[in-house]
Amino acid sequence: MTTDQGLAPSRPRRRRRTPVDWVRDGGLSTLVFALPLVVIFGVFSWLPIGRALVMSFQETNLVVTSWVGLENFRAVLADPNLPIALRNTGYFALLALVFGYPLPLVGAVLMSEVRRMKGLYSVLAYLPVVVPPVVAVLLWKFLYDPRPEGVFNEILGWFGIDPLPWLQSATWAMPSLVLEATWAAAGGTVIIYLAALLAVPPELYDAAEVDGASVWRKVWHVTLPQLRGILLITFILQIIGTAQVFLEPYLFTGGGPANATLTILLLIYRYAFGQSLGADYGEATALSLMLAVFLAVMSLVYFRLTRAWSNS
Amino acid sequence: MTTTSTRTLPVAPPSGTADAPRRTPRRRTPAPDAVRGVLGIADWRRRTVRTGMGLVHVVLLVVLVMFGLGPILLLGKFAITPTQDILRAPLEVFPNGVAWGNLHEAWFDVQISRYFLNTVLVAAGSWVSQIVVATTGGYLLSVLRPRYGKVLQWLVLATLFVPGVVLLVPLYLTILDPPLLGTSLLNTFWAVWLPAGASAFNVVLMTRFFDNLPREIFEAARVDGAGPFRLFWSVVLPMSKPILGVVSVFAVIAAWKDFLWPLLVLTKPEMQPLSVRLPSLQATTDLGVLMAALAISTLIPILFFLVFQRMFLRGAGLGGAIKG
Repeated sequence: MTTDQGLAPSRPRRRRRTPVDWVRDGGLSTLVFALPLVVIFGVFSWLPIGRALVMSFQETNLVVTSWVGLENFRAVLADPNLPIALRNTGYFALLALVFGYPLPLVGAVLMSEVRRMKGLYSVLAYLPVVVPPVVAVLLWKFLYDPRPEGVFNEILGWFGIDPLPWLQSATWAMPSLVLEATWAAAGGTVIIYLAALLAVPPELYDAAEVDGASVWRKVWHVTLPQLRGILLITFILQIIGTAQVFLEPYLFTGGGPANATLTILLLIYRYAFGQSLGADYGEATALSLMLAVFLAVMSLVYFRLTRAWSNS
Repeated sequence: MTTTSTRTLPVAPPSGTADAPRRTPRRRTPAPDAVRGVLGIADWRRRTVRTGMGLVHVVLLVVLVMFGLGPILLLGKFAITPTQDILRAPLEVFPNGVAWGNLHEAWFDVQISRYFLNTVLVAAGSWVSQIVVATTGGYLLSVLRPRYGKVLQWLVLATLFVPGVVLLVPLYLTILDPPLLGTSLLNTFWAVWLPAGASAFNVVLMTRFFDNLPREIFEAARVDGAGPFRLFWSVVLPMSKPILGVVSVFAVIAAWKDFLWPLLVLTKPEMQPLSVRLPSLQATTDLGVLMAALAISTLIPILFFLVFQRMFLRGAGLGGAIKG
């Protein structure tokens, strides 16, 4: 018994365990290893999550805190800006799907077929992802210069297209945001697809060829069904990501022109940090909780899918 | 794909616990000459496929260079172009010569050097905190497995479902008045470093990786008299270099990119990292100098990426799958 102490903490014991046994079995050093996780997650994750639940039913100015029941939720739901923010966020998500969803897939399938320079292509595709988002937005803000001399307008001019107002107009502002966001994110999705394409069993293609399948039929009947799982996952990840879009509207337009790019997260930010009259933490948490419920459902689906997908 | 792709691991641990690693080794990429995708040998013999793929090559290259590299090259050009030229003819190549002075002015006069240092400090501290929490936490949950481990694991996993938005306000208030400390962490780097450690993604990644390490080695080390600390430091960590690399790269890049959180908790300009400082500079700074500042801020992440390419791309491929 003395030589193998601390060998297997889960070993069954006849005697009742005493605190001394616990220490001798390494319980204390185990606790040392648990400390960083428990403290950091406790203070900076679990505690704030609990606090969010409580705060959404309170009103506080950091000195006096009072319970207000559902008042925060009622105020948020009555805010005329909420439908605008919801619609804009939905519009952003929709445009991001139209621009950004098929593009990386097509790119990845083509990239996986070329025989040379694959590495170079991956690097080129991923490069925009590495550019710090703030830098990307500030650079694109200049590229979107609405004057005819502006970079994008000049390029449009080469094709005989009249200058666009880009960020200045309520119609074009959102598509401009999405264009930049797609540029910044597409490379990451391409790499995910490339990894997934490597895992498609070559035998399936061989078998399809034996059956006389053409290239297109192989793509349609082998490649795409094999990517089904990962396609769903990137879809959900994109919804989760776009529902929380903040940086682009905040830095490009600040929500304007005429609230055309006011998103949910921007609204939350305004409630909590953007008001001259004083912060409304209660309303901010109430709205973020409502958004969170939606996102949690999405990530639950995501989690189940990754599980099912990795076990298949 | 799995991060353990560099080694094949025996699956069944001798301890035979119910929670043994469940993952079966995934399909490896076949040897280079056996690699095939949609197109087979027969396809490659066909003329239409060959010309088609030749075309695909050209289109891919043009599109990727234009969209992937184009804006970045443009930024590089703007960084050393006089402001007048950037405004008047942004696409012409140095019509009136090169303005290297932009870089000098950005680095010294606009004090990009200071914000650069702040960014490095923020990234380094966040990296340390993430690595410490993820490695010790993963070791606890995967190797030591105390009775309360299950509960902890569940609590950590649960935070994966809580989007960052929810934390924004309450975490901010926690920083203003942290428990037990009695002093606000606002405008200290701790306000960025410590919350960075609470990354469930990292802990899950580490736990999964440790789950796949061969248990025999742990048992052997224990028989040889290694305590839990020795086992952690001299056995587990050295075996975990691939995953440590991935987590490190993610940690540094995420810290470099982060905007909203440092914007909220680092309100003193002299403490702010580049990402927070650059937007406030745009109003007051000459365009050429601003572009130089943007270019300098991009340089490190891009160099970092080019050097650690494989790790980046492997990590990014992993992004789609925190898997069980």
